[in-house]
Amino acid sequence: MKQIYLDYAATTPAAPEVVQAMVPYFNEAFGNPSAIYSYGQEAKSAIEEARAKVASLIGARNEEIVFTSGGTEADNFAIKGVAFANKKKGNHIITTALEHHAVSESCRFLAKLGFKITYLPVDNAGLVDPDDVKKAINVKTILISVMHANNEVGTIQPIAEISKIAREAGVYFHTDAVQTVGHISADVNELGVDLLSMSAHKLYGPKGVGALYIRKGTKLVSFMHGGGQERGWRASTENVPGIVGFGKATEMATREMNEEAKRLTHLRDKLITEFLKKIDNIHLNGHPLKRLPNNVNISVSFVEGESMCLNMDMAGICASTGSACNSASLEASHVLLAMGLDPVKAHGSLRFTLGKWTTEQEIDKVLEILPRIVAKLRAMSPLYKN
Amino acid sequence: MYSAKVMDHFHNPRNVGEMDNPDGIGHVGNPVCGDIMELYIKVKDNVITDARFKTFGCGAAIATSSMVTEMVKGKTLEEALKISNKAVAEALDGLPAIKMHCSVLAEEALSSAIDDYLSKNPDKNTDTLRKLHKIQHKHLEEEAE
Repeated sequence: MKQIYLDYAATTPAAPEVVQAMVPYFNEAFGNPSAIYSYGQEAKSAIEEARAKVASLIGARNEEIVFTSGGTEADNFAIKGVAFANKKKGNHIITTALEHHAVSESCRFLAKLGFKITYLPVDNAGLVDPDDVKKAINVKTILISVMHANNEVGTIQPIAEISKIAREAGVYFHTDAVQTVGHISADVNELGVDLLSMSAHKLYGPKGVGALYIRKGTKLVSFMHGGGQERGWRASTENVPGIVGFGKATEMATREMNEEAKRLTHLRDKLITEFLKKIDNIHLNGHPLKRLPNNVNISVSFVEGESMCLNMDMAGICASTGSACNSASLEASHVLLAMGLDPVKAHGSLRFTLGKWTTEQEIDKVLEILPRIVAKLRAMSPLYKN
Repeated sequence: MYSAKVMDHFHNPRNVGEMDNPDGIGHVGNPVCGDIMELYIKVKDNVITDARFKTFGCGAAIATSSMVTEMVKGKTLEEALKISNKAVAEALDGLPAIKMHCSVLAEEALSSAIDDYLSKNPDKNTDTLRKLHKIQHKHLEEEAE
């Protein structure tokens, strides 16, 4: 049975053109980019070409892009790097209650070392209030990290406003833009950021590669020490095929992003509107307008998320849930709880994230199937009184 | 993640629904951790003649509810009280370690339903059964601590 894949926020299939671009770098142009001979130089120039493409997508200078193993490494690098480089200046970091674990766990690790972390609250749409940021800054603040858009509910944060506050206070500003780069405009100067994390496999590139944008002049400590690659920022023999793939994916995104955002917004809104019409006792999580073009997150009352996802899987639909039952920690999604959702509603949450190969027919199929699944599970639920 | 048996009980759960005039009702669970189970039993001459359930929960929760209702039908109260969460999980060809707590919920629901029946029908056997119940379910209390 052909699968209807609606979990693009988790990962995306690499575009065929991306895979094609990568192939020569496995065993033809396989040289180590640090080598003097032509095999090496060939690989080196492929990396630099990819770097230029990534820089172009976010309005950065080539030398401000450092390739990493992905978004998680970029987040770790940015947060720990700034913390350790600036600890004489201060030890206070401001972040939010709904960051990705790569950011929050990095902060928790630093807290054990004596750094003070402020986790700013969000409202019920998941938005951070720039005023809260201003109030939280003190003389010891060295970093503010707020994600560009949330991976679970799609809410887009007022980054330009917040970064202005950071700049005026002389504090570095980092944003985890893993969900936005390649999908909506993520220009480093429009956003006003010092550091920005990106991940290739979220925009039809390969897994295992990402980048950290580091604004020229930013003080941070390297994460990976060794052979001095990436101009001393990140040692390790470069993942040439991965980087080339990443470059190709960003080149395609630069071309296709705006049209694709329009197409996905239309499909997203159809899914939301029709769900609300066809199923009673459900509601949308996240901001209705300041939302990623591809994100639909709903809470379905009286039924649990994993059982909905399993039923959908049996019907060929791939989606995800914020239910506790689906997490290794047996805790409901911290994002939904931070937004004030009650735990039972968090357990009944479903996330559908659309992408490049999502068609209107697939959306129609989901609209046909989910109401039946909900009805079946509600009939079994002690919480549903007909 | 789940065995074929678990998927079968999840896809085609047995004994779903409420019961007219149940002799015992067990209600367990905690919405904060995600699962809620209601078990209804009919008892005649010390034998569980029918069992039904309603569950809010994940695949493992629904499958263990379904399996436990199958396992208790036709058993005496004494036999039913001996059904452990491990037995329910084994009957399903095992559960992932992180889902074992769902089988504990099934055992608790059964225990709670029988307890409910005993409190409504005290007789000479009640004390013996209650004592057996306490022994069998001591490990649940220990786990809860």
